[in-house]
Amino acid sequence: MSGLRYWYAENRGTTFAFCLFVLMFAIYLFNYPSSLSANVFQTAANKAVLLALVSMAQALVVLTAGIDLSIGMTLVLTNCLGSWIVTGDGLHSALGIVGVLVAGALCGALNGIIIIYGRLQPIVTTIATGAVFYGLALLLRPVPGGSINEDLADALTGKVAGVVPASLLILLAAVLIVWVPFKRSTIGRAAYATGSSEAAAFLSGMPIRRAKFASYMLAGLLAALGGLFLTFFTDTGEASLGSANSYTLFSIAAVVIGGVSLLGGKGSAIGAIFGAFAFRSIGDLLFVFNVDALWQPLFQGVILLLAVAIGACGLFRVRNRLEWFQ
Amino acid sequence: MQQHGEQPFFQMSGVSKSYGGAVALDRAELAVRSGRIHAILGENGAGKSTLLKVMSGVVQPDEGTMQLDGRQVSFASPAEANAAGIVCVYQELSLIPDLSVADNIFASNPPRRFGMIDRRAQRRQAEAVLARAGAADINPLAKVRDLPLSRQQMVELAKGLAHEPRILILDEATSALTAADVARVIDVLKRLRAEGLALLFISHRMHEVKALADECTVYRNGRHVMSFEAGTRSDTEVIEMMIGRKYQHAFPAKQSAARSADNLADNPAAALADPSASRPATPVLACRDLAWNDTLQGIGFSLQRGEILGLGGLDGQGQRELLLALFGVLRGCAGTIEIDGKAVSISSPVAARANRIGMALIPEDRKTEGLMLPMSVRENLSFAALDRMSSAGIIDRDRQQRLVERMMELLAIKSFSVDAPVGSLSGGNQQKVVIAKWLIRQPRILLLSDPTRGIDVGTKQEIYQLLRRLADEGAAILFYSTDYDELIGCCDRVLVLYEGKIKKELAGPEITEQNLIASALDLPVGQVSPSTGVAL
Repeated sequence: MSGLRYWYAENRGTTFAFCLFVLMFAIYLFNYPSSLSANVFQTAANKAVLLALVSMAQALVVLTAGIDLSIGMTLVLTNCLGSWIVTGDGLHSALGIVGVLVAGALCGALNGIIIIYGRLQPIVTTIATGAVFYGLALLLRPVPGGSINEDLADALTGKVAGVVPASLLILLAAVLIVWVPFKRSTIGRAAYATGSSEAAAFLSGMPIRRAKFASYMLAGLLAALGGLFLTFFTDTGEASLGSANSYTLFSIAAVVIGGVSLLGGKGSAIGAIFGAFAFRSIGDLLFVFNVDALWQPLFQGVILLLAVAIGACGLFRVRNRLEWFQ
Repeated sequence: MQQHGEQPFFQMSGVSKSYGGAVALDRAELAVRSGRIHAILGENGAGKSTLLKVMSGVVQPDEGTMQLDGRQVSFASPAEANAAGIVCVYQELSLIPDLSVADNIFASNPPRRFGMIDRRAQRRQAEAVLARAGAADINPLAKVRDLPLSRQQMVELAKGLAHEPRILILDEATSALTAADVARVIDVLKRLRAEGLALLFISHRMHEVKALADECTVYRNGRHVMSFEAGTRSDTEVIEMMIGRKYQHAFPAKQSAARSADNLADNPAAALADPSASRPATPVLACRDLAWNDTLQGIGFSLQRGEILGLGGLDGQGQRELLLALFGVLRGCAGTIEIDGKAVSISSPVAARANRIGMALIPEDRKTEGLMLPMSVRENLSFAALDRMSSAGIIDRDRQQRLVERMMELLAIKSFSVDAPVGSLSGGNQQKVVIAKWLIRQPRILLLSDPTRGIDVGTKQEIYQLLRRLADEGAAILFYSTDYDELIGCCDRVLVLYEGKIKKELAGPEITEQNLIASALDLPVGQVSPSTGVAL
């Protein structure tokens, strides 16, 4: 039993985000105007998976007590790159996908190298590199355009076996291939340790630099996966500063809702995924209740404030006020 | 390993290290033999910490050599030193608060399966190594953040053992332990010695050194002073080597010694039952039935002007919480607090330090609760009394400078400049800054939470003198200490806490090590062996 108690203590944030998402999605489903179908899930999933990938990426970095403000720009850059190279026959497209993923990983690696070896603060570094990535995206696509292998796009944004949205499977694969091994590896644990107390991690002889580097690089990789999906959905590449900025901000919101501490060391990418799902459900809810889309940012802000406030409710129970500051 | 018993298998020679202009280590020598416990003695700033940091790969020496098994070695990082079998158990800092105990113990080298961490094996092994460290009561799944300080230090020791070291370095590793834990740790260390490990041991508690060490080395000002077999030098000689001058009485004379001796000789309880007999009628501070959560229950005592009242007992019996409750940090306290005979409610530290109460708290952890480490000595000294050195919200720099200079002088704070970051000072001087910043306000009630933890002998003595002087000038002092010698030497009365209640009140000649330990462990006097002070 006590094992369960410790598990819950560790996963409280994730559990909260999961429940919030289930609640919001249930309201959405019950009020959905027409009859439910696999198509409803498919559309909802496709919209949510994009933000979920970017939020996973952000969570990896936030765990090390860093932040990646270039994550949206990486997404847009890889979107533009994808609209050039993921084309043609199967082999060409496959190589193109590898190229896009490598480009994203390189973006993340660049952040990591500057932050680790330049000893610059993540916030400053990623604002600067984000501008660079966006500049590159503009050079690639001064005006929206390009295209992508359409068979592949249809397959990856469609359904598998007529029921399960393919995008959800890709997200699941990203969790199993990137997150689970990360979390259970020495590197991943060093990332948690670095976020929690870098000095202690150093004195314990943990591989701090490799851990940070891996976090930033994997974040870039996941953002590139998101960029690929954006290309699949829109069938075009667009260097949009607006969407780059909103993906960056939404990823931070999702991470917070998902119970990942911005101070580092606490939370999980799974929490961030449910945080992203919950955040995305806001738009759907407004849709089923016939609210003008203009209201969306306002509602998103209110939900974010509420989620953070609920997360901070524990502070009222604290009776030793010194614990507020820890 | 036994064949190494006579010859040192690890040697340092001519090792020097400077930080900026300050020489921390000057041609240091050290020889380590297996199966021996080697105590390193010296004041803070004597170079012990730097010596250990060089050995364990945290810093690299400027010159000098290290030899392990006759081969020259150098360690670029703690990981390299660990791999060579040299492991340091730190006083603080090395545990990661958000990870579990098991994750911390196997932080750098967890058991793996298919390349991933095997959590089940890790938990099993953590249980085993915790048991080996004498701390089987700690759940390996608990988060380190949720454990009390004394348990954290046991985890720290277990973590050191998990590396299977040849040389285990304990840097003040017993400073936050309870008496019962210290006894267990002493047993554990003796067993490790029998297994052939070499143990390097730093402690400011002389009785631990005496109980454990086979060999002692004294450092002073970064230099090796002398190595000798344990027991071949008297305490006084050792302390003279450490401080480099004649050792005088460690504790100042108690002001009330004569007076309380009169009262207490016939009836020790008289002074408590009838304070009006020999003392001013109204105590500065009195509290009744103070309770908070499950940690404090029915606390009642009174504190007079000019009195030093000690708080004793095992670590974590509510002493810190009592100080925090008085200082307005804890919410939901029951009971009454009276200042000068009038009931008050102290809702926050702001209220506690206000003139009508005039309270000051020297917190337990100077690095996080007492100081802003990167900020200057001047600013740190000013923080508690900015209102006293400003007019209309603007800081009067002349007044600030005068007050700061007076405090630097009064407490003999050693710093290159008042503009140096306080983090660059030695531990003892940092602690003086924490105390001084409150003295600017001239508090009437001074609460101290283990103020001499981990600071050097010389500064400790200065603090004892200071406390007595403040008391003589009329301050009322409530003094929590984990060091029995301090309670005996400094306090007029001692309250011993046990599980959040006042178990015993000792006054005057009753304050002896045996009585303190017996009541701390909730035992009747006589079940404690006087020679070692360790419960049977």
